[in-house]
Amino acid sequence: MSAKLKILVPVKRVLDHQVKPLVNAARDGVATQGCKFSINPFDDIAVEEALRLQAAAPGAVEATHAVSIGPTKAQEVLRNCLAKGIGSAALVETGEALEPLAVAKVLAEYVRQQGFNMVILGKQAIDDDSACTGQMLAALLGWPQATNACKVALDSSNGVSVTRETDSGEETVRAPVPLVITTDLRLNQPRYVGLSKLMKVKRTKIPVLTLEKDFKDVDVKSRLQTVSVDEPATKQPGVMLKDVDELVQKLSEAKLL
Amino acid sequence: ASTLALIETNAEGKLEPSCLNLLDAAKQLNNPIVALFVGSKAAIGAQDLQDSVKCEGLSKILVAKDSSLDHYLPENVSPLLADLLKDEEYTHFVVSSSSVGKNILPRLGALIDNQPVCDVIKILGPTKFIRPIYAGNALATIECPQTKKLLSIRASAFPAVETGKLEGAEVAEVPFTLKDALPIEWVSANLTKTSRPELGSAKVIVTGGRAFKDKESFEKYMVPLADSLNAAIGATRAAVDNGLCDNSLQIGQTGKIVAPSLYIAVGVSGAVQHLAGMKDSGTIVAINNDPDAPIFKNADYGLEGDLFEIVPQLTEKINAAKA
Repeated sequence: MSAKLKILVPVKRVLDHQVKPLVNAARDGVATQGCKFSINPFDDIAVEEALRLQAAAPGAVEATHAVSIGPTKAQEVLRNCLAKGIGSAALVETGEALEPLAVAKVLAEYVRQQGFNMVILGKQAIDDDSACTGQMLAALLGWPQATNACKVALDSSNGVSVTRETDSGEETVRAPVPLVITTDLRLNQPRYVGLSKLMKVKRTKIPVLTLEKDFKDVDVKSRLQTVSVDEPATKQPGVMLKDVDELVQKLSEAKLL
Repeated sequence: ASTLALIETNAEGKLEPSCLNLLDAAKQLNNPIVALFVGSKAAIGAQDLQDSVKCEGLSKILVAKDSSLDHYLPENVSPLLADLLKDEEYTHFVVSSSSVGKNILPRLGALIDNQPVCDVIKILGPTKFIRPIYAGNALATIECPQTKKLLSIRASAFPAVETGKLEGAEVAEVPFTLKDALPIEWVSANLTKTSRPELGSAKVIVTGGRAFKDKESFEKYMVPLADSLNAAIGATRAAVDNGLCDNSLQIGQTGKIVAPSLYIAVGVSGAVQHLAGMKDSGTIVAINNDPDAPIFKNADYGLEGDLFEIVPQLTEKINAAKA
């Protein structure tokens, strides 16, 4: 690979996947008080992939950098990335949640400022489940996109082959950098990070940028309005049956056979 | 006002089953519908639509035959859509929330500076939609005041339009030549081959979980059960990760989202992420040896016990009941 890779990994701090989200009293979101937050699991896979690309071809990767757009506490998520081996990190601090289009615009500006030529990020965040940011970022930068990656391979002629998971199986696309890649579940198994590594980065200062100062020309206003957030209808409790005969009878009665 | 609907076709150019649900959603928007087919097989899709679907309000079919649009490469399809949507007549654009739709729609959104509403499960009006968030643990009602409403539609949440013949639709070709092509190349596809009903459109789905120890036992027990019900086979993430079956069979938050009339979960514990993919199914049956498995709380009928005994019995008795 002739152009050296400068890889950006955008990461989002989300409600931990093991917490069951409950709609809040104001019905405008979910209750988060006292809940555990973690890195979006798909972004964790993106971090791992950046580290693996670097390990597999150390000469080809010039830098890995993680960025998060979120509250002050997102620094913990970034510190975790550093402990795993990501080269550097920065936080774009914002109190309000941005829509994917706004996130993509901030990231596009960041990529231009810093000169990254590859972005690897999760295919979706498990809070808003939008699955938009990677594709939007690629469009804003005028780069190709390889979404839902389950395999990424660098080749010698400056190209990246990406195998994507699709509804009907898999497909492979190939593009040179610059490129946006979004990660699917089976791309890799993220590493655990030990306490000693976490301790080492405990006091690492993470640069904090702000939308007002560092992205003042970026339009981040919301395009959609959330009218309300409601709990889905709950199902009537089911019945336990005693044997297969009873089940077949129930299914027959319901004309499901 | 009009609604432009991108209709997805398979490798042969024939309609994907999800387009029947997409068209139902398009009808609910109460605008005239313009169906769009793209790629070198676009005309086959247009013909298939006319031969097999009844859809009031669908009066025009557009075909863009350029081969750069093959395989739904978003780098090429999204600019075409951005171009078509310059027509002020179009107030809405809809596409299935499939792997193709999810790849194309956000790219289109960014090109025309518009935030799409993804994974719509209910249409409350021309500007008001419901979409699930947090793996379906909450439902957000969204108002979209943008001039264009870009929507991806979750097929399982909408009924299918009637099959039949589409009368009197006008077919027009859309000229398209790719400008400033991006250097991406579609290399190959490895499609999962199956003679079974597709997960997205199956009336009955049987799903296996990690209780199966290997691929052989998964197939030995699940295939005959599926055959007895003419069902599609699904799997949990754990089953896929353990190599029990192909990953395109995964049902859940980030896999396939399904809502068949009958869903039988075999050896499935019922993780939140799996429930997100199937909890809107009509009748849910759970078979598990753990009485505390969360799947039982989400099932209409539960059977506690050894699946290696229950499944063959069930298969046999279903076959007998049908005979």
